[in-house]
Amino acid sequence: MSHASTAWAMETVHLAGADLKLIKGGSGEPLLILHDEMGHPGWLRFHELLAQNFTLYIPHHPGFGESPPLEWVMNMRDLAGWYLEALDDLGLGPINVLGSSIGGWLAAEMATMCPTQFKNLVLLAATGVKPPEGEIFDIYQVVAKSYLEASVLNRTQTPEFSDVCPDDPSPELLDAWDSAREGACLLSWRPYMHYPNLPFLLSRLKNLRTLIIWGRDDAIVPLSAGELYHSSIPGSELVVLDRCGHRPDIEKSSEVAEIINGFIGT
Amino acid sequence: MLIGHFTEQPWQDDKSGLMGTQSTDLSISNGLYDPNVGAHLYNRYLDEKVYAEEMGFDALMLNEHHSTPFCMQGVTNVGASILARITKKAKIIILGNVLPIWDDPLWLAEQLAMIDMISRGRLVSGFVRGGGRESFAHNSPPHYNRERFQEAHDFLIKAWTTPGPWRWEGKHYHYRYVNPWARPLQQPHPPIWIPSTVSVETVKWTAEHRYPLVLLATKLEPTRDAFQLYHDTAEELGYKSGSQNVAYLWKVHVDETEEKAEEVGRKYLSGVSNPFLAGNEGEVNSAIMSLPGHTSRTSRRLSTTAFGPAGRFGTNRRPFEDQVNDNTIITGTPKSVLPKIRSVLEYLRPGSVFFWDGDGAMSHEDQMRSLRLMGEEVLPAVREMGKELELFSPFEVDPSTGEKVIQADSLVP
Repeated sequence: MSHASTAWAMETVHLAGADLKLIKGGSGEPLLILHDEMGHPGWLRFHELLAQNFTLYIPHHPGFGESPPLEWVMNMRDLAGWYLEALDDLGLGPINVLGSSIGGWLAAEMATMCPTQFKNLVLLAATGVKPPEGEIFDIYQVVAKSYLEASVLNRTQTPEFSDVCPDDPSPELLDAWDSAREGACLLSWRPYMHYPNLPFLLSRLKNLRTLIIWGRDDAIVPLSAGELYHSSIPGSELVVLDRCGHRPDIEKSSEVAEIINGFIGT
Repeated sequence: MLIGHFTEQPWQDDKSGLMGTQSTDLSISNGLYDPNVGAHLYNRYLDEKVYAEEMGFDALMLNEHHSTPFCMQGVTNVGASILARITKKAKIIILGNVLPIWDDPLWLAEQLAMIDMISRGRLVSGFVRGGGRESFAHNSPPHYNRERFQEAHDFLIKAWTTPGPWRWEGKHYHYRYVNPWARPLQQPHPPIWIPSTVSVETVKWTAEHRYPLVLLATKLEPTRDAFQLYHDTAEELGYKSGSQNVAYLWKVHVDETEEKAEEVGRKYLSGVSNPFLAGNEGEVNSAIMSLPGHTSRTSRRLSTTAFGPAGRFGTNRRPFEDQVNDNTIITGTPKSVLPKIRSVLEYLRPGSVFFWDGDGAMSHEDQMRSLRLMGEEVLPAVREMGKELELFSPFEVDPSTGEKVIQADSLVP
């Protein structure tokens, strides 16, 4: 659902040898938003709130949504390497980055390769590490709609859920979900949704300000994964939200936007 | 004409209750698996195969599925290895090994070469991409299913035909030393046949490689469409295909009386593990059946247009009467099944056929009776039909050239 108060636009940019669909909107210093495994969900209240303080850069990852795939990419570290060159070409210098779920994993991988690329890192219920307790929900064992339904703690108390996941999804939306799942599957089939050695590499983020946000009731990526990110990244901050599932962006949009504004702004 | 026998080797355990409700969901626990029952059934199905050869079947067809009670054979090469030793004449036709789920296709090349030698050159090595179930059960990346199929295929052909040692640094498979101490007896390598349901991409790929195409229990009209697509593709590629290039598997059971034949024929659609039974199939897990990237989204649309939405499960789940009416189930006395078999042969013109029997809830006795009657009355008559209709198997006419094959009988002692 669009909140029309802030203008945003999608453009095609040619970065690192590939065409990328990039959404831009808001004002202030740049904030790169890396979307999750279901693709960019549209301009939500969360984006609207962040756009008051930041210029949002929201790319459709290659192979997701409207960005064509990069045929050579076989795993998340490949994609992270490519994205770093894409950021070089974008020419914004060190920027803030926020990644959700699989987008958080992507951000973490990029940061381990080049921590100086980022001013602040925000991980929102990120996949990427093997949870010490519990397992990451197998999104490929259920259809897209069932996955989205499992991702929030309480659908009826999450007004924007019906925008992200209508009862009767249009053929276009179903197609977009299919496309996103193909893109995500390539990056996450096995080992499922994580890179076993990522925790060992995360200590390189010791000089990067890192905020980790997690819903206490996340049924997709257990909180123990958030705690592992926290213990693996020296100096990182972990914020756990009560009564919140895997989608803090729609379940607690105001609270999360405020936390992010506060963290990056300080 | 070549006539083969097939069964899915269904799990049958009356104590376990109806299992089909979950069998397509990969959610049934193997805690329900009783190895005593398994030991009995594996031996039963081997006995039936031996008897099928004795009754005159030219070929014994094997397959595999994973983590499901509707097909007990998870390792088709085990069944093929045993048959290689305990049978004498029949072709052992594996339809097929699921190439993309093999992380080590060199091991597969060794196994198949051993089976070919032990059987004295009777192996037909079919390859399949496998369904979502197979990728899921063995954690094979669905988005690389076609690429892995292609690369494993190319690797196997090279492993069988190019003396080692050599290296293979592909996209999905990597070997520093390919030099298996086992080479297939049949030269240059065992025949390769490709089973399919209704995938346009697979039909075209098969025609491009001049491999025989085997349609598995599809309805007759889409089957003929698929065969036509094969023949058209062959023509575009500049070679003449014919009956030797196409094969068909469907349900055929014979019994002593019409009443008995109907009673037992209905067992195709029953049995504790049978996913084809309406009411027993449960809810198909469409997420697993269409894993991301397993089949290209354009291909899915193409096949729907070309063949209609009813794939294999749709075809087999229809009521008994419907299947009898359109001859996807033929059950009767030898006298009554023959005209029906003939009409299928005339309509599809396959050079090889497989009778799918002894499935669902059919007992060992049901199967043995049918095999005996087939041997006594059906197979000789069908062979005559094949001659009259000029239907030739790939062992009579070379599917890649259309030339008559000189029988290499000397391979079989």
